[in-house]
Amino acid sequence: MSVAALIEKKLAAALEPVRLEIVDESHLHAGHAHAPEGGESHFHVTVAAAAFEGQTQVARQRKVYEILADELAGPVHALSLSTMTPDEAERAS
Amino acid sequence: MSDNPTHEMLQKEVNENDVVLFMKGSPVFPQCGFSAAVVQVLGELNIKYKGIDVLEDPSLRQGIKDFSNWPTIPQLYIKGEFIGGCDIIREMYESGELKTLIKEKEIPEATS
Repeated sequence: MSVAALIEKKLAAALEPVRLEIVDESHLHAGHAHAPEGGESHFHVTVAAAAFEGQTQVARQRKVYEILADELAGPVHALSLSTMTPDEAERAS
Repeated sequence: MSDNPTHEMLQKEVNENDVVLFMKGSPVFPQCGFSAAVVQVLGELNIKYKGIDVLEDPSLRQGIKDFSNWPTIPQLYIKGEFIGGCDIIREMYESGELKTLIKEKEIPEATS
């Protein structure tokens, strides 16, 4: 399974998001220190879930980092996050 | 936590400095795009802060992640409080929230 697919699977299972987008941005960082060849190292994840309601951005992102702890300790070098509630996602779109 | 020298040192840094940015590289020469983005925001806000290069010391690089319970660099502290990483800082800057916060906390301007 690709890293992106694994991220998607884990977040979908843990958060039951109403919106989940994973973008591999590794090509933007190709060649810089620690960037492995073949990509799958830098991701941007947008996730909207009811589980984030009433939580600060710090708490939401900690939750995502927690779910993806294994990936962050391994292949994922950078994870950029947009975390929102379903209402916030509605307003942003 | 008191028997962990790295945590003690980090606690001291965030207590003694109004604004601390844990980053890769220095404010003048950031070594990573995410650190550079936060340096740029702090520059726009024109506030005084201390940049700490985590690449200088492996125990610091891991230590700050454990200390903050936050697995990525950069990390911003204001008045001893963890504010967030790159995405949160950028978002707070764009919404004006960060400007309000530094005003409330009476953070001094950078002296050039």
